[in-house]
Amino acid sequence: MNDAIHVATRKGLFLLERGARGWAVARVSFLGDPVSMVLDDRRDGSLYAALALGHFGVKLHRSDDRGRSWAEVRAPAFPAAPEGAGEAPTVHQLWALAAGGPREPGALWAGTIPAALFRSADRGESWTLVRSLWDRPERKDWAGGGYDEPGLHSISVDPRDPRRLLCAISSGGAWASEDGGETWASRSRGMYAEYMPPERREDPNVQDPHRLVQCAAAPEFLYVQHHNGVFRSTDGARTWTEITAIRPSKFGFAVAVHPADPRTAWFVPAVKDERRVPVDGRLVVARTRDGGESFEVLREGLPQEHAYDLVYRHGLDVSDDGERLVMGSTTGGLWISEDGGDRWQLLPARLPPIYQVAFGG
Amino acid sequence: MPVVTFTTTLERHLAAPVSTVPGATVREALDEVFRANPRLRGYVLDDQGRVRKHVVVFVDGELVADRIRLTDPVRPSSAVFVMQALSGG
Repeated sequence: MNDAIHVATRKGLFLLERGARGWAVARVSFLGDPVSMVLDDRRDGSLYAALALGHFGVKLHRSDDRGRSWAEVRAPAFPAAPEGAGEAPTVHQLWALAAGGPREPGALWAGTIPAALFRSADRGESWTLVRSLWDRPERKDWAGGGYDEPGLHSISVDPRDPRRLLCAISSGGAWASEDGGETWASRSRGMYAEYMPPERREDPNVQDPHRLVQCAAAPEFLYVQHHNGVFRSTDGARTWTEITAIRPSKFGFAVAVHPADPRTAWFVPAVKDERRVPVDGRLVVARTRDGGESFEVLREGLPQEHAYDLVYRHGLDVSDDGERLVMGSTTGGLWISEDGGDRWQLLPARLPPIYQVAFGG
Repeated sequence: MPVVTFTTTLERHLAAPVSTVPGATVREALDEVFRANPRLRGYVLDDQGRVRKHVVVFVDGELVADRIRLTDPVRPSSAVFVMQALSGG
């Protein structure tokens, strides 16, 4: 059972623990600093926290004692561009962190803005840019989605074979590797983009998957909350099918899939893009238990009046057993469900804007 | 030798003491500081060695002109200040 939750916010990293009297804040790290991403590495118990310091750039810290103390390790960085190169990139934000396979101790993947994938083999002591993705000619068609530059925000490592990777980019579609990042193939077939002229609507390189998640027990089953809809794949991202039954709207950022049951997934719909607030000021979660054929709109314990909480792409997580859910919003609201989303409880705290929530080991 | 002083807001993240270092340009002086304190480099310069967008460098009270290659000259008596720009905060 996951009795810890990590909450990465605009003003620090919060650790919640479940005690006899329920969930409460147990520790605050990096108070005042933007924490864009946290990873609880179940293989060795390490914690990683990525900072996006307003003045001083992207930093990565690691804790070997569950967050009591932290040490700065190296953050992913682009290699120096040759003199006169047209492009001389710098990492603006670390937007995804994932552990490698169970038999690859210390191996990590990181996604960044601008959209790039980096790999570390030594627990973040050093990083290498995955050039095979960065050098794809299609990258010229990728565009910013919510930020000035495109960003890589979702990394799924296949639990059966860690060489099988899936990444998603806003806005650059989904990409898969079956050889540990040596080669890549576009995996956006079936997605469409309402925000493009008709002739570019199905172009895989302009798709804006806001979040891509993979079912741990059935890795061929995937869900995407896309800018203009919700999509499902049952063939390892080779083809995507739109799920039209989602209610109350098809716009949103977050999605979580049950680790053991690929037919069960949760979404947090919002008013589409001009406003980005809950529909009618009511915060709800949409749950499917049949792979997207139908949805229940869950609202018990969630604010149903003048709620303007938006849940970002990493703002929803599900526990290892699929029973507990946690959801954090841009206005610092944090809700936990212990029964698969039927009922929610507000954490009695007023947190900073929440970027990510993640169940701990 | 030029004296390089860093904004005290850095102290929350790492030590950045006042340094007296040789150097005829901003680049040379900063490189000398970073040689002794390698972690500081990434706080002041970006991946490409440019001054970070929301960091500013002054030499004798004047903003440096070349934020990319840091070629502005410094004299032996110069005071170099590395500060945070309010744009970033």
